[in-house]
Amino acid sequence: MVRFLVARLLYAVPTLLAISIIVFAIIQLPPGDYLTTLTATMQEQGQVVDEAFLEALRVRYGLDQGFLVQYGKWMTGMFQGDFGLSFQYSRPVWDLIAERLPLTLLLGVATMLVTWLIALPAGIYSAIKQRSAGDYAISGLGFLALAIPNFLAALLLAYVGFLLGQNVGGMFSPEFANTPWSWAKIVDLLAHLWIPVLVIGLGGTAGIIRVTRANMLDELHKPYVTTARAKGMPEGRLVTKYPVRIALNPFISTSGWHLPAIFDGEVIVAQVLALGTMGPLLLSALKAQDMYLAGAILLIIAVLTVVGTLISDVLLALVDPRVRFGKA
Amino acid sequence: MAGRRSARARTRFDLDVARGLHAATVDGADEPDPGVLLSLRGLRTVFRTDDGVVNAVDGIDADIRRGATTCIVGESGSGKSATARSVLQVVDNPGLIEAGRMLYRRTPDAPVIDLAALEPTGAALRSIRGKEIGLVFQEPMSALSPVHTIGNQIVEVLRLHDPAPKEEMRARAVETLARVGIPRPEERFDAYTFQLSGGMRQRAMIAMSLICKPSLLIADEPTTALDVTTQAQILTLLAELKETMGMTMMFITHDLGVVAEIADEVVVMRHGAVVEQGSVDDIFHRPQHEYTQRLLSTLPQRDASGGWAVGTGARQRTSPTTLRQSTPLLQIKELDLTFSGSSGRLFGRGGTPVHAVNRVSLDVAEGSTVGLVGESGCGKTSLGRCVLRAYQPSSGQLLYRSAGGDVVDLAAMDEKQLKPYRHEVRMVFQDPYGSLNPRLTVRQVIGDPLRAARVGKDEIEERVADMLVRVGLRRDMASRYPHAFSGGERQRIGIARALITRPRLVVADEAVSALDVSVRAQILELMAELQQDLGLTYLFISHDLSVVERICDRVAVMYFGRLVEEGTATEVFGNPQHDYTRALLSAVPIPDPRLRGTRPLLTYRPDDDPSAAA
Repeated sequence: MVRFLVARLLYAVPTLLAISIIVFAIIQLPPGDYLTTLTATMQEQGQVVDEAFLEALRVRYGLDQGFLVQYGKWMTGMFQGDFGLSFQYSRPVWDLIAERLPLTLLLGVATMLVTWLIALPAGIYSAIKQRSAGDYAISGLGFLALAIPNFLAALLLAYVGFLLGQNVGGMFSPEFANTPWSWAKIVDLLAHLWIPVLVIGLGGTAGIIRVTRANMLDELHKPYVTTARAKGMPEGRLVTKYPVRIALNPFISTSGWHLPAIFDGEVIVAQVLALGTMGPLLLSALKAQDMYLAGAILLIIAVLTVVGTLISDVLLALVDPRVRFGKA
Repeated sequence: MAGRRSARARTRFDLDVARGLHAATVDGADEPDPGVLLSLRGLRTVFRTDDGVVNAVDGIDADIRRGATTCIVGESGSGKSATARSVLQVVDNPGLIEAGRMLYRRTPDAPVIDLAALEPTGAALRSIRGKEIGLVFQEPMSALSPVHTIGNQIVEVLRLHDPAPKEEMRARAVETLARVGIPRPEERFDAYTFQLSGGMRQRAMIAMSLICKPSLLIADEPTTALDVTTQAQILTLLAELKETMGMTMMFITHDLGVVAEIADEVVVMRHGAVVEQGSVDDIFHRPQHEYTQRLLSTLPQRDASGGWAVGTGARQRTSPTTLRQSTPLLQIKELDLTFSGSSGRLFGRGGTPVHAVNRVSLDVAEGSTVGLVGESGCGKTSLGRCVLRAYQPSSGQLLYRSAGGDVVDLAAMDEKQLKPYRHEVRMVFQDPYGSLNPRLTVRQVIGDPLRAARVGKDEIEERVADMLVRVGLRRDMASRYPHAFSGGERQRIGIARALITRPRLVVADEAVSALDVSVRAQILELMAELQQDLGLTYLFISHDLSVVERICDRVAVMYFGRLVEEGTATEVFGNPQHDYTRALLSAVPIPDPRLRGTRPLLTYRPDDDPSAAA
């Protein structure tokens, strides 16, 4: 196991280096750079752009240098804990990320918990009571949730929230937006949180219900379930001990994907609901070619994906002896 | 804390059990004889599918006598398994017990309980499952959970029916494991199913169903998935346990040889109904029903001494002397095949290379049938695939005499050079269901090799139609899909596919192993007929010694990749030279109950043979 972990960690290093190059290349892929965007904005506002000023900026930001030099600088800084400066905000990238991190994580974790708490029991029930009214209801709702685009659901629920007299959009009511933390502020946060949690969780829930149901239906008719039944086990315990345990494997092997998902949140939904999470930050950084900000976020997502995959592999080996002994 | 809660739950459970059993108690005139443990009366189990209702068990009556072993025999689809599972109401979905009674009397003076009247998920039936009636299934690999240890699954039975402190239950489980003949039980307690061999797994399964000392053990094809030597050990074990524990056994099997070995009484089933029942001696020596007689006629004949009488009732065999003189069609010389165990390097296990075929030399005479026998994993299939060049041999020669008379080495050829010979050496597979693509019509399946050889469309059509007639099917079946055919018909299609290119050598890998005995006999007849007509040579790979004995001219015995013995069928079966062959033959059930126990079971321990143990 230790050897496996060390090997996997070693594999992760070249993977991440490759990802960082690709990320950097992709950010630079669109024609122009941040200064092009800046020029366009200034011209729109009727300002005259001084060529010399632009050139000075270009030199100062290092944008006149070649790809490899820029990449090298970026990576060197990264290793020293310096994520660079955001052109847009003229602030260190890390400060911007740190500012939004707590809310992003809160939303991500809450969404994940709600998703699983609804989806797993629903999927299991759906499989055990296959072709019952309950199964059809769950499946029907699931398909509906799967079919409705996230942003549409966001708009609908925002409207419902509005009808309920709630202040929609953002995570806080205006009166709390800039106040320090207090009980009232937390309550206010929870009142706002349910809309994005529900909206983002909806699609995921439906998907997990379908997969759980299908896995369970496969497992429920395996001979070992009959064996357990023939031992005299009560149905409830039987189902949770044997088929559920195995039906969970696909989820465990993909559990690591939640890590990056928690971090970036749902970009589109967050944008529609004007949430102060990482998603909108990434979107605006990409639009403005704010390369260090976008690059940092993308790279963090990549690192989390690699780490998450490793975690799920280890988890799977822990729960499934077949993986541990290489028999699966 | 858990103890107190479970104590209260237990009291409630006991009350539920008592109430359930009371409601299902039967008394009065139709009580069965006290000597009968279980009496099935008018039992009907149906499967409701989209295609209609199937009566898997169609109103059968049968008595299971206390202390006896009752075998239920039948071919696939006879309802024997559904009967066994009905007793505990664990029939697979969508099966349902629709009518009938199952009168169960634990001890001669106990009240009679109608098992069919119990709630399928109720406490009363659960108190009987696993505790009074144990169940052993066919495939221990799939019948045990892959992610729980053996010990965990065995202790669970105790936890359900006879809870005790953890250490005590563990000790009892270890003791039971030792009792069913598992070496180092202390260690095996924590093993997972995939870490045990097939025989050990089945022993663990038996330990699980015996730990509560049930009064009835239902064994549903418990040895079908096992090698013949392992089967013999398990049968001996079951007979022993039944004796020492005073158990009653209900044994479901399709194998009449096994029946002759173990049964006291026999119930013959067909199409969900009981055809005939009686003592094992009556069934084997005075069968009344025509179906029973037909089943028995498929058995190899024995002489009175229990020796191997070869060839009675079988096809005319090519005389061995002429065979020896004829030039071999294929000469396998020093053939070697090594698989590198490269899988799982990520987890840091060094893969040891597996020597699947170890310097095997074998001559296959033209027009003969050469049998290749051995236990699973002995390398017989690997050898067959080398001959087909599905595997690339590591070293050695495959000298094939082509139709023109010149001898070529198939082992040394590359794909391009092999192409013409791919038509001359063909294969018939074991599984008639898995080996036919369900999305192709029979015409496409059979004609595919011709299409690959760019034969014209009309000619393909014509040759496929002819071939269908040859293998005993009809011309108009060509446009159907495989699912419309039965297992035997599918195997005919598989044979047609192999023969469409007019091959000279056919490798039949367990070609009849998945078929019912009556269908098996038909397919073997067909193969013999085709051999006569087309001058085919067969390399017949099988673990079923009785079939090999019946149809093969020469037999080669393999053990751990090595050829241990080779000779004519008469020599090998009549006077085996190698210890392993003797052990293998001694494990084959004698299909005559009167000869039971007349032949000692030999075991082969290759300790003195270091290369075989490697």
